[in-house]
Amino acid sequence: MTDTNLVTAAAPAEAPSNQWRDVWRQFRSHRGAMLGLIVFAAILGSVILGPFIWSMDATFVDMRARNQGPSGAHPLGTDQLGRDMLARLMAGGKVSIAVGMTAMGLSIFLGTVIGISAGFFRRLDGVLMRLTDLFLALPLLPLLLVMVMLFREPLSKRFGPETGIFLLIVVAIGVTSWMQTARIVRGEVLALKEREFVLAARSIGTSPFKMIVRHILPNVLSPIMVSATLGIASAIITESALSFLGLGFPPDFPTWGRLLFDAVDQIQLYPMRVILPGIAISLTVLSVNYIGDGLRDALDPRIRGR
Amino acid sequence: MKLMTLLLGAGATLALAPAAMAERGADGHVNVIYSQAPSILNPYLSSGTKDIEAASLIIEPLIRYDETGQILPWLVEEVPTLENGGVSEDLTTITYKIKPGLKWSDGTDFTAEDAVFTAEYCMHPEGGCAQLAKFEGVASVTAPDPLTVVVTFEAPKPFPYGPFSGGQSPIIQKAQFADCLGARAPECTDANFMPIGTGGFKVDEFRPNDVITLSANPEYRDPAKPAFATMTFKGGGDAAAAARAVLETGEFDYAWNTQLAPEVLEEMMKGGKGTLVNAFGTLVERIEINMTDPSPDLPEGERSTAMHPHPILSDIRVRTALSKAIDRQLLSDIGYGEAGRPTCNLVPAPAMFASTDNTGCIPQDMEGAKALLDEAGWTDTDGDGVRDKDGMKFSMVYQTSTNAVRQDFQAIIKQWWEELGVEVELKNVDGSVFFGGDPGSPDTFQKFYADVEMYANNFDGTDPESYLAMYTCDKAPKPETQWQGENINRFCDPAYDALVAELGQTGELEKRGEIARKLNDMLTKESMVIIPLVDRGRLSAHANTLGGVVLNTWDSELWNAADWYRIK
Repeated sequence: MTDTNLVTAAAPAEAPSNQWRDVWRQFRSHRGAMLGLIVFAAILGSVILGPFIWSMDATFVDMRARNQGPSGAHPLGTDQLGRDMLARLMAGGKVSIAVGMTAMGLSIFLGTVIGISAGFFRRLDGVLMRLTDLFLALPLLPLLLVMVMLFREPLSKRFGPETGIFLLIVVAIGVTSWMQTARIVRGEVLALKEREFVLAARSIGTSPFKMIVRHILPNVLSPIMVSATLGIASAIITESALSFLGLGFPPDFPTWGRLLFDAVDQIQLYPMRVILPGIAISLTVLSVNYIGDGLRDALDPRIRGR
Repeated sequence: MKLMTLLLGAGATLALAPAAMAERGADGHVNVIYSQAPSILNPYLSSGTKDIEAASLIIEPLIRYDETGQILPWLVEEVPTLENGGVSEDLTTITYKIKPGLKWSDGTDFTAEDAVFTAEYCMHPEGGCAQLAKFEGVASVTAPDPLTVVVTFEAPKPFPYGPFSGGQSPIIQKAQFADCLGARAPECTDANFMPIGTGGFKVDEFRPNDVITLSANPEYRDPAKPAFATMTFKGGGDAAAAARAVLETGEFDYAWNTQLAPEVLEEMMKGGKGTLVNAFGTLVERIEINMTDPSPDLPEGERSTAMHPHPILSDIRVRTALSKAIDRQLLSDIGYGEAGRPTCNLVPAPAMFASTDNTGCIPQDMEGAKALLDEAGWTDTDGDGVRDKDGMKFSMVYQTSTNAVRQDFQAIIKQWWEELGVEVELKNVDGSVFFGGDPGSPDTFQKFYADVEMYANNFDGTDPESYLAMYTCDKAPKPETQWQGENINRFCDPAYDALVAELGQTGELEKRGEIARKLNDMLTKESMVIIPLVDRGRLSAHANTLGGVVLNTWDSELWNAADWYRIK
């Protein structure tokens, strides 16, 4: 019996089974996710490589070329100060996506660590969940205001105005948006903890750290993925709001949010100026959401292979 | 039956039309829209422009300003001056002679007692009069006879035209407000909502924060005016909606304060229903230069104080170079269109106080600016595109409030300054914080933790004395004064202070104008501590069929609504 089993398992000519290969196979079968991946890769590519091909300066003011429509010199036209819209969109995208990804990374890391610790260690639960409640109850904007006021100058002096503000904004968004993730993860962990395989693992003397890394974390990966994708979207939007209030990047520093807000006054005359950054934000958020959706399916061993 | 009546009515109108030309109420109805809605019609209980202007249709002051800032006798026979004896030699009293035969809209006589009562109403110690500043320094107001008002000041007053002047200080009727003194003032709803006045219109219905319905004042002093029998005064919405209602759709005849982007207004003008009118007051968009060092390396409490002069900007050549690099005409066209014009003056108006020969800054002179910086020792020795001197880089922080036009200005000016070889870091702060004056915040315009900053300011009325007096040494914001103070630049020149003191003791208008012009020049072209950019006007819109509109920035915009008529 055992022998035959071994034979059949070894029969496929392919390389030994690899978990990540299975994930990728499952991911590829999700059409939306593949489309999202392609779109996101295209956006990333144009934002990172684009400026090398289209080398116009995004902040160069050209008074003779104000409010122009699309043309050879300016494929997407110019804004009210004659700045090239294509260059601005690419420069803006670089900042917005960088802020979105980094802030999301930070918030997911915090949320996962806090959520798992609270769910897994009963003694930490009360303290950590009250901390989460505390952060949820904090009004976000006044808190950001205080953070910007306290740290803006030391940071811009230490790292230069752009990097300094980047760090500040990423940290500000990161530390104020981990709470939902933490709650979801804690809930999942609480349920997982009572499952038989955890009991089995514990009975053979698995240490808590191993338990988390080997058994708990892979099983809560899907909710984390979902909140990560949502997190990118909300980070991009929070950055826009901050820029609008004058708390974000310096005003001549293009980000998608700022492009959008700058153009709102002119929406009737030059609708493209609102639509372009709007489409860029929506496409990014949507594609990241689909990627997250596909990843969740692919990472879930119960769905995989069906 | 209905058609018959209509036809009869039309026939009657046609027959009567030629005779009705010069009659009160002949032109029917007029619609006015303000993007902010009046909530009260008593300017003594509100300092809101919307309330003051709406009230100016109904109640009037003794003297008011015309569109050039000249004082006009309104309810008096002439403007009292030193020359005609209306102002006493020692500058402590001013005597008004009221026009005989004036009547309130309820038919009673308008007398000097009403003016005396108005002063008593506003100066009542228990009442929080919003226009108390107009009565500053007034010792007493008396009425020796029914047509004479004498205002006595506690000390010599070189500019005695505060009380009873302009839309902010009209005469209210004693009979109506007699029971509304002091703390009871806000309780008199009827009087506050429907004041009896001498103006061209009287209130029929007042809905706070919404609509006022008015009709022609039957007792108005000129029997041929106002030409309109009724008026609807609508409040609310925003500037864009108000402008559209006049320019594009023609639903309204007059819209107040339609300050929008030039391109947006142009688009609306294509509707062909209305015209924009603009007038210039004293509002000047400017760059203020910090004469003290705002470096964050300095300990808190010493930053941006007179203890440390600015390492770069203390040199007048550097300041002049920064000014020369700016093309003011371009800024004005882009930011304000018709409602702006380039200026080099801090006091751009009224004519008698405005320095006319100070126009040297208007043409942009990039080469001259570069030469000046070279001369001052700022050269690019390390070839990184930024000028330096003694190991210090020419780098500045340029801050302003968050506002679309200001951010555009920042981007443009930054580019010009970078062309000069100056490194510029832009910063914008939310307006409520920037102008909030909170001593705990590092981002207020008073604290000035930046090298240069941009905003606009103006002065009330037509006399710039207190405005120019802001720049004396003692008014610099500093930690000891909780960072309050109007001398934002920390400019300090004993000669300037002496001249301000002289202005405070000069009564003749000619001489005052001369001193004011000198003070203006000292702050601008002679020291370049203030870099004026754009003289910002007021922009309003009126229908093409509405005649007689004279936009006035020195008084209520509706100051001559009684003279409006319909162009047929």
